[in-house]
Amino acid sequence: MNFDFSDEQKQMRDAARKFLAEKCPPKAVRAVLDGKASYDKELWKGLAEMGFLGVAIPEAFGGAGAGHLELCVIAEEIGRALAPVPFSSTVYLAAEALLLAGSEAQKRKWLPKIASGEAIGTLALFEGKGNPSPKAIKLQASGGTLNGVKKPVPDGAVADFAIVAARTGSSGRDSDISLFLVDLKAGGVEVKSLTNIDPTRGQAELTFKNAKAEPLGTAGEGWGLLTQVLDRAAVLLAFEQVGGSDRALEMGRDYALDRIAFGRPIGSFQAVKHMLADMYVSATLARSNCYYGAWALSTNAAELPEAAASARISATQAFQHCSKNNIQVHGGMGFTWEFDCHMYYRRANATALSLGSLSYWEDQLIDRMRQKNAA
Amino acid sequence: MNFDDTPQEAEFRSTARKWIDANAPKKYEAELSKSSLGRIRLEKEEIVDVGKAWQKKKADGGWACLHWPKEYGGRGATPIEKVIWQQEEGVYGKLTQPFQIGEGMCGPTVMAFGSEAHKRHYLPKLASGEHIWCQLFSEPAGGSDVAGLRTRAEKNGDNWIVNGQKIWTSGAHYSDYGLLITRTDPNVPKHKGLTMFFLDMKSKGVEVRPIKQANGMQEFNEVYFTDVVIPDHQRLGAVGDGWNVSLTTLMNERMSIGSRLATGFPEMFEFCSSLMTEDGLAIDDPATRSRLASWAVKASGLKYTSYRAISSLSKGERPGPENSIGKLVSGTMLQDIASYAMDLQGAAGELAGADEEMARGQFQQMLLSAPSMRIAGGTDEILRNIIAERVLGLPGDIRVDKDVPFNKIPTKGRV
Repeated sequence: MNFDFSDEQKQMRDAARKFLAEKCPPKAVRAVLDGKASYDKELWKGLAEMGFLGVAIPEAFGGAGAGHLELCVIAEEIGRALAPVPFSSTVYLAAEALLLAGSEAQKRKWLPKIASGEAIGTLALFEGKGNPSPKAIKLQASGGTLNGVKKPVPDGAVADFAIVAARTGSSGRDSDISLFLVDLKAGGVEVKSLTNIDPTRGQAELTFKNAKAEPLGTAGEGWGLLTQVLDRAAVLLAFEQVGGSDRALEMGRDYALDRIAFGRPIGSFQAVKHMLADMYVSATLARSNCYYGAWALSTNAAELPEAAASARISATQAFQHCSKNNIQVHGGMGFTWEFDCHMYYRRANATALSLGSLSYWEDQLIDRMRQKNAA
Repeated sequence: MNFDDTPQEAEFRSTARKWIDANAPKKYEAELSKSSLGRIRLEKEEIVDVGKAWQKKKADGGWACLHWPKEYGGRGATPIEKVIWQQEEGVYGKLTQPFQIGEGMCGPTVMAFGSEAHKRHYLPKLASGEHIWCQLFSEPAGGSDVAGLRTRAEKNGDNWIVNGQKIWTSGAHYSDYGLLITRTDPNVPKHKGLTMFFLDMKSKGVEVRPIKQANGMQEFNEVYFTDVVIPDHQRLGAVGDGWNVSLTTLMNERMSIGSRLATGFPEMFEFCSSLMTEDGLAIDDPATRSRLASWAVKASGLKYTSYRAISSLSKGERPGPENSIGKLVSGTMLQDIASYAMDLQGAAGELAGADEEMARGQFQQMLLSAPSMRIAGGTDEILRNIIAERVLGLPGDIRVDKDVPFNKIPTKGRV
């Protein structure tokens, strides 16, 4: 058994960590947090030059053609550094959807641009409240145009194109849903930035008014494709969450070692030690579930739906747990704008919702376990 | 990243599987598969007798204590081979319960500190199950603070005279030998005045009394020592060095990779999948689903954490500290699962009879037994300290008794 990343993959992780430590210090995250930029364009360019944006994109489409295990280790570092770039929307959602369902022409047009950092993509799925569900998709497609409103759309304000889930039928079945690809710069789409809890990863409202759209994948198979895209993205985002969990735990540990109160480092008090030990437990469980997700993703295993839900739940819980207790370990200073704790807290709680909420994925996991047991 | 054996591992697995298939006591298979929690019981026979027969057969075939050197009754196997053996031994591994303390703790301590003559005499008999060993560490005044133990050993010529009391000794009533830590000098700080011995449990003055536990069962014992004579050659390590010797023992206790701890999750998932409530199947209730999902990812997280440790072993590396979370997570899980399973049963949840149709009392038994899982082998609090100090590098606790002679340490609270 070799339930671990290879030495080459670990080297890639180290390279990504080193690169991000240099190019994405907390100061860079804060520039976006403070609204000085919509995302870190220099960093985005650098990630492209390092080959990280196209690491799982085949060489034929301008990528590095490495694979999804390599993408997992990079995702972990992106999460650890809180990189303020449209990485998850472009790489986990748009690129994965194109790889799964795109025509040769669509792949040729967009994947090389993703790999080179020239194009930002996203998935326009949600329409207000609620979790992923075919019933919640009202946006209408007819005659090659789309009409309706999507929100929140991750990185929608900076995206060049979007994969859009639209209604093409009214039978009440999953086959009413189809996917479309929309060039957001071609007109017919109004874009509005939305205020959200984590400004380092923007959210937008997209209003489609007779927007020109080309089908992505077979008509009527949109829901099945979406489910696959969400599962794949769930594993990748879970690695970001694990990276963030580890960093939040380290920040709490370091502060507990440095901060003196009552004449001793606060890390010598059991109340603080045990809190940090519990954070370690959460982060470890999440990492192990993520490794299983990575295996399932990289081998296209039949276990992927269950593995993805497990990774997603475990990593969401860990990041929320570690980021909130990191603030608690810091005490009052943890509640200042100046300290970085809140940036992790914001990211943890935003990513907890971005592919559907925790309760949605809990539901999915139980359904999938039952299906497996029934089979 | 894969779950495949290396060619050498595959070959070892196939050899082990063939041997087990030809030699395992298959008539107990069904019975062993059923019991998932706590001590194993067989309907008609004593687990110790059936276990001894299996252990002997394994020793004769070269499959006992397989990571031990051959000259001491082992096979000289690698750590990963031991894990593969455990996987293949499957339910029959439950028969090894009476020998686990000997194999995992007492044997390695004798191996590290015993004389060559002792090792050649005692270890092969331990490996073959002829002798069962127990570990005599905990005391009424020394649980988590095991160095606070008070059992005295006093030198008398070539012998030591032991007086005192041990507690929570698993298997003392059927053990042949015991690993015993004693206080030999109360005038120095507590960690410095300890000495380790092993002794024949049939020695004059040793009295074993079973403890009736909170769950109504009797699995542990108190052991009393009254003027028990131990020859000096049965001392392990130097006089006053018992604490260091005990660290070897305890380190081996925590190295039990691949032995999966019960979490209660499979039982709970099955129960919720079949329990019909007034509002439908329990598993269709959103609150229940949410809890089940959280437990599911803890159970899978533990499973894949152990896979990561096994992978390190397979590469010839030392596993990282991840495995220290196992008991901490599973103990609380058992307790929470039992409690919620009973909640789902409503008022009938307090009924514990094996003839109750809903779950045959299994969760009630789980609830009553679960507290021990959070205490035995290191309390939850000690385990959190270990993670905080050894994994995260946080400072040790302030120990007010560290430099005080043992006989000056206060023994009463609330004075």
